[in-house]
Amino acid sequence: MTTDKIIRVSIWIYLGIFFAYLLGPLIIMSATAFNSPSFPRMTPWECLTFNWFGELFRDERILNGIWNSILVGFGTVILSVSMGLAGALMLTQIWPKLRATYYTIIIAPILIPGVVLGISTLVFWDRINRMLGLGADSVLSNGLFLTIIGQSTFIASYCMLVLVARLQRYDIALTEAALDLGATHAQAFRKVLMPFMMPAILSAAVLAFLASFENYNTTTFTFGEYPTLTIELAQKVRYGITPAISALAFMIVALTVFFALINEANIKRKKMIAEARKDATVGELAGKIEVPGLISRNPAAIALIVLVIGVATVTASAMTYSPDQCIADVQEQKRLETEKRIQELRDRRAKEAAEKAAAEGAEGGATQTAPKPSNNSGFGGVFAPNTLQNEGTDDGASDEGADDGAAGSSNNSGFGNVFDPNALGNDNN
Amino acid sequence: MSAGVGVDLENLWIRFGDFVAVRDANVHIKGGDFFSFLGPSGCGKTTILRAVSGFLEPSEGNVLIGGNNMKGIGPNKRPTALIFQNLALFPLMKIWENITFSMEIKGASARERRKRADELLDMIALPGQGDKLPSELSGGQRQRVAIARALCAEPDVLLLDEPLSALDLKLRQHMRTELREIQQRVGITFIYITHDQGEALTMSDDIAVMRAGVIDQIADGKTIYNDPSTAFAASFVGENNVFRGKVLDVRGDQALIRTNRSGDLLSRISTANQGKMNVGDDAMMFIRPEALSLAPTGSQGDHFVTAKVNHEEFEGNVFNIFMEGDGGKELKVSIPNHGQSFEDHSGQDMTLEYDVNNAVAVPAGELAAE
Ligand SMILES: Nc1ncnc2c1ncn2[C@@H]1O[C@H](COP(=O)(O)OP(=O)(O)O)[C@@H](O)[C@H]1O
Ligand SMILES: [Mg+2]
Repeated sequence: MTTDKIIRVSIWIYLGIFFAYLLGPLIIMSATAFNSPSFPRMTPWECLTFNWFGELFRDERILNGIWNSILVGFGTVILSVSMGLAGALMLTQIWPKLRATYYTIIIAPILIPGVVLGISTLVFWDRINRMLGLGADSVLSNGLFLTIIGQSTFIASYCMLVLVARLQRYDIALTEAALDLGATHAQAFRKVLMPFMMPAILSAAVLAFLASFENYNTTTFTFGEYPTLTIELAQKVRYGITPAISALAFMIVALTVFFALINEANIKRKKMIAEARKDATVGELAGKIEVPGLISRNPAAIALIVLVIGVATVTASAMTYSPDQCIADVQEQKRLETEKRIQELRDRRAKEAAEKAAAEGAEGGATQTAPKPSNNSGFGGVFAPNTLQNEGTDDGASDEGADDGAAGSSNNSGFGNVFDPNALGNDNN
Repeated sequence: MSAGVGVDLENLWIRFGDFVAVRDANVHIKGGDFFSFLGPSGCGKTTILRAVSGFLEPSEGNVLIGGNNMKGIGPNKRPTALIFQNLALFPLMKIWENITFSMEIKGASARERRKRADELLDMIALPGQGDKLPSELSGGQRQRVAIARALCAEPDVLLLDEPLSALDLKLRQHMRTELREIQQRVGITFIYITHDQGEALTMSDDIAVMRAGVIDQIADGKTIYNDPSTAFAASFVGENNVFRGKVLDVRGDQALIRTNRSGDLLSRISTANQGKMNVGDDAMMFIRPEALSLAPTGSQGDHFVTAKVNHEEFEGNVFNIFMEGDGGKELKVSIPNHGQSFEDHSGQDMTLEYDVNNAVAVPAGELAAE
């Protein structure tokens, strides 16, 4: 009983940790897209803003990267799905003794590192290009072409795995039946096999598109003049990241959830239609079947509608909402704080100077400068943010603008705000 | 009988590697006939059917349909339609689309197709079910849809591969009658494959009995039952009691056989083997359970058999008596039930009598597995 309870509780705890691990980074990153500081961070929460989305859509390189990724994605989908389908069909036709060998060969690209595939694609087509005596501007050395070809080498294998799984459930007698009823091989393929394969073809297409969209390893060697989104992101991150990237991440997450919900709602709906058909009379089947409404007993559809309404509301309010006032307030507050601190410092220096002068006067300059305030940390203060902060302010005390800027503006560290000493400084103040 | 299109198999051999699936088959099937291939599972029936429908090229020999050699003609160009063992209805198409698939191929309009589908659905007694999916029908209904789909293609020859094997007993018996009726109505040639002798006997005009790739006998049902030409045909079709022995004497169309354990018995020689059985040959003699009757105990002669009774059972229309038989197999006797009293004879010796014309002798050969 109690052990039961313990087990149940620990399962929930485990699930909580697991999902936090899976989704935590995504949620935090999404949240930073709505915070006003120009370095992506969640705390301190300054001002709700939608400006990073605007920023994103003004970034030519990101937009261009998205466009290139879409182009490459569609190319890869078409090439990979057709190669995958051909490979899968071949697998069912081939002489049984060769099947295992053939399967291994065709699966191999999945096991080869993407980097190797990228390099070899580049080298291979470059050789061919030269053999044919074509220039550097030929189709064969075009970044779009190379990226699609390079990605398809292994994405086609993924597609084939998906398609083979479905094809194994296909009864070859169906094709024979079609032939027997007078269909040509092409007709049998189009009217019987293809409709059967359609669900798997769609899955393979989605898989291929996603795999293409997120690919970096292979693309990095082949993109030429067509940098994809991942390439652009990688290059951007090198010079520091902004919440505009979080905005992009948020949109990708939202779209994924959106399509997942559509899919889920659709499956549920189909199930309900099948159930309705089962109970339908002959007359109802011939006419219109009474199908339950879209939302009834379909949680995914409800979630979908909630999501759509939520996005619509947020978008609408984003049009009218302006964070300028809030940002101005925050900045004003920071300015005041900084001034106050500088004032304190000046006071202290003045006091120190006065004391020094007094001591010099008293001891004839025998003692050194007073030691810095002692620190209890075992690390000798290396990791103590306050020390850093103090030192920083010590040095730049005369420059009023420095601290102001550091508190509110960008930071080049790639590690998020964890190592941002200014942030910590702000927390402590 | 309408003229119909006949089918001929000439010296047909089909090999898979070294394995011979069909050995020198010669069959003439008359147009408009209901013709069955009957044999145990794995004897090559489906293989023959696939050669006729064009999915398989014979290794040797010819398939002729309506007198035309079908060599090199694909399944979609032959005037045949095959009903698959598992039916192979298109799972994603509605019933009416399934039935009229052959019309869709030829580019018929949806309206024409619906009209034809409705006619055929009426014929197979499934009116108005056209909008269902195959998965929404019962086994027997699917069976009839498969027939309608094949008939819609207007074939000259309909090929059926054990179409009733998946149905339960009641439905199977009902469908026998129905199939026979449909065949007579449309008047085309049916080639039917089965391992069930009941189906073959009740429906067919002619039957070919097959054993391990070889056709043993081709004849109408009555002939096959009463006058089998091989030991296999005699033992596979219907129940039969076998007596092994050697030919002691040949008297015209009769032979006296010295059996291993029942003395010398007289038997008719089967028609196909007359003049071919000689004194001293190994022979087998078959008598049906219903051809044996009780005789006064101790009767002697060349048409009496005496054996010990193992056990008895009451089957309703008959009493069955199981006696010690030849080669470990029990000798079965079926006595019609006229309401007579019937006492238990277990453990006693009993004498049986038969009419020599109801016993048939063939050269010794392979028996059908139980
Ligand atoms: N494609 C094939 N390759 C090899 N052997 C086959 C093939 N098709 C059938 N056989 C063999 O031929 C024999 C006859 O098969 P089949 O015609 O299907 O028998 P059935 O009388 O049960 O329909 C079987 O032993 C089977 O194993
Ligand atoms: Mg078979």
